[in-house]
Amino acid sequence: MKTILIVDDSRTVRESLKFFLTEGGYQVIEGCDGQDALKVIEGKTCDLVITDVNMPNMDGLTLIGELRQKKEFKFTPILVLTTESQQNIMDKGKELGATGWIVKPFDNDKVMAVIKKVIGE
Amino acid sequence: MMNQFKETFKEEAYELLGNLEDLLMELEDNPDNPDSISAVFRAIHTIKGSASMFDFEGIASFTHVVESVLDGVREGSVKVSKELIDLTLISRDHILAMLNAESDSTPEFEAESADIISRMKILTGEEAEDSASSGTKASETEKEEEAVEKTFRIQFKPDENLFLSGTNPLLLLNELEEMGEYACICHNESIPDFEVFNPEVCYVSWDIYLTTKKTINEVKDVFIFLDSRSEIDVSVISDWQNVLSSDESRKLGEILIDKGLIQASQLEDILNSRKKIGELLVEQGIVQESDVKSALEEQKISNSIKQNLNTGSAATIRVQSAKLDSLVDTVGELVTAQARLNQLALQAKSSSLMSLAEQIERLTADLRDNTMSLRMVPIGTTFSRFKRLVRDLSSSLDKNIQLITKGGDTELDKNVIEKLNDPLVHVIRNSIDHGIESSESRREKGKDEMGTITLDAHYTGANVQLQIRDDGQGLNKEAILKKAVEREIVSPDAQLSDEEIYNLIFMPGFSTAQSVTSVSGRGVGMDVVRKQIDALNGSIHIKSEEGVGTEFSFHLPFTLAIIEGLLVRINDEKYVFPLSMVQACMELTREERTSHGKKRLVEYRESVIPYIRLREIFTEESDLPDREHLVIIQTETSITGFVVDEVIGDHQTVIKNMGKLYKDIHYITGATILGDGSVALILDVNRISALAKVEEAGE
Repeated sequence: MKTILIVDDSRTVRESLKFFLTEGGYQVIEGCDGQDALKVIEGKTCDLVITDVNMPNMDGLTLIGELRQKKEFKFTPILVLTTESQQNIMDKGKELGATGWIVKPFDNDKVMAVIKKVIGE
Repeated sequence: MMNQFKETFKEEAYELLGNLEDLLMELEDNPDNPDSISAVFRAIHTIKGSASMFDFEGIASFTHVVESVLDGVREGSVKVSKELIDLTLISRDHILAMLNAESDSTPEFEAESADIISRMKILTGEEAEDSASSGTKASETEKEEEAVEKTFRIQFKPDENLFLSGTNPLLLLNELEEMGEYACICHNESIPDFEVFNPEVCYVSWDIYLTTKKTINEVKDVFIFLDSRSEIDVSVISDWQNVLSSDESRKLGEILIDKGLIQASQLEDILNSRKKIGELLVEQGIVQESDVKSALEEQKISNSIKQNLNTGSAATIRVQSAKLDSLVDTVGELVTAQARLNQLALQAKSSSLMSLAEQIERLTADLRDNTMSLRMVPIGTTFSRFKRLVRDLSSSLDKNIQLITKGGDTELDKNVIEKLNDPLVHVIRNSIDHGIESSESRREKGKDEMGTITLDAHYTGANVQLQIRDDGQGLNKEAILKKAVEREIVSPDAQLSDEEIYNLIFMPGFSTAQSVTSVSGRGVGMDVVRKQIDALNGSIHIKSEEGVGTEFSFHLPFTLAIIEGLLVRINDEKYVFPLSMVQACMELTREERTSHGKKRLVEYRESVIPYIRLREIFTEESDLPDREHLVIIQTETSITGFVVDEVIGDHQTVIKNMGKLYKDIHYITGATILGDGSVALILDVNRISALAKVEEAGE
């Protein structure tokens, strides 16, 4: 079973994402901001990271940079949660090593389509 | 499902709004503290993001404006002032009020939102307005292009560091492959020697040729996550019109020039020598071998498209359907004769005769499949007729109903489709007349005023499933039961499952309509539907939910003429099971016969299933053999074992009707002639399974 790390400070987003992903047959681990995420995945690996950008303590872009420094996460796909209007964030995310993005608001189909694109079935 | 998150969202929003008040106070005291500014922004940002996901439209569009103002504060273009703090606090209260209300999109709220927004605009200038309108329009859908098949050339040269962004290019190629006809050439010349090879670098690139109905934007979207460091070029190399208008197929050289890989003059030089162009170009180091391979692939594709078009124009001829029918009959006879030939060849023990018989068997099978496919026509032709029916009937009843059809390209035997017309008319009429409510009552119930009937055809294994769904009031179980009791169709104390109650509407003389209308409700109809579907060897199932709608599904065989059967023996008689329904064959030993006492139950795959002895149904009177065989049959509703003396094997079954004299015989749907000229009866397994179920319940 593939494992996905969700990082978002909004409980609603985390819970709805978790719902879609567990329905889709994935195992989910959660972090409520960048710092928390780094703590949660300490010594672990996962198949995909989905992270929000704007979070307290450590934002999503910094998290991407930190993850890419770790040898376990060098090639792990990372998706950024953004809103339509944040083109500059998408660009910055790409620069730091993000794989792609999920545009909010999202639904099940959208999330699954993007996940299929970056980690396959 | 979304409702459970609506609550979570509300809870979270209350929490955030609670904090927001404190944060704003803090910001007022320290207007330059970037941490306070981000925290305020974040709270609003989070509320906005989730609100739009869970249908809080009013909150979403309002917070979007507030967010963009606060974004201005973050970037320093808007100053923190008392007015700003005041307005943000008012906004906060306004969001809270919308959150508490039943609906966040009432006219009052909208007016207040507009008022606050206009005050914000005065405070910040035009910026807020711009970003506000861009946010709400995001979901407008593009007009669909008419789907025309095109061939795309996709040149995909990933960035060397592609892997470091977690991208797997193979997944992108897979995505393209799923879009249509796909050919891929990999350029791997850049892969260095092993000593200097760096596994973290992407050395390869690809040329992909894709023939699909998707638009160029859909194809480009596959690469949406890649930035400008990867080179992606998508171009249409042919569409139908272009290929038609060009007289000649494209030459290899032209394609290479077109791709900018060689110059026209270089090509001319090469053409003057006598070697193959491709070889020479590679020899002279002008292009890579894989470039030539790629261009050759492109040439092949455009040639094949052209060929398809040329043959396509003369590909259909009209034939009288009677001629087809007689062809099918003849092929049926041939299949029977071929079975006899096989048997004779076996008896004669002549190897040359055997090999000839096998060859004829293969040819016959091909001929049979081709012949059957000749009679297959897409069901869509029938669907279009119903559009008119729905339109006329609904307007005569003063209802507003649309018909949606899906799976029109599902193919069925022409004869099956013809016989489907009447049952479909009946069911659709019933939906329009009794199922879908009048516009007023739909409005009262909060439904879309426009009712919808959906016709949906698709393949399920060896069958075709045809569903007729409406979003009307659903079947009224109580009314059906009451009527059935009145008509003495069931006894008043009968315990019936939902499906059994729904099935009562198929009983002759049953009608629950309050009054007789010209459209339906004459009390004939549904029983006729059942009979007609039975005659097609099909079955009907009903699902219904009160207030939500009703779904009739017809399960139909592809064809009426030939089926794959399993031949069995009971005493000296032979019978045929439709092979598509056979799950397994196993032995039934003496011990197993008595293992469940008198009950006829047997263990199968960790469950216990009922079995039925066919010799009793067909009153074959002789002693039970020591060893019996069990054929496990899966129908749509149950798994049942059928006990026979011997399982003989597969049999190509050409179905012969039993004739009018035998039309009342139960448990048999037809007959077939075996290789030795004898007759085998084809079993109606649905009916016999139902019998086993009744017996099981009775015991």
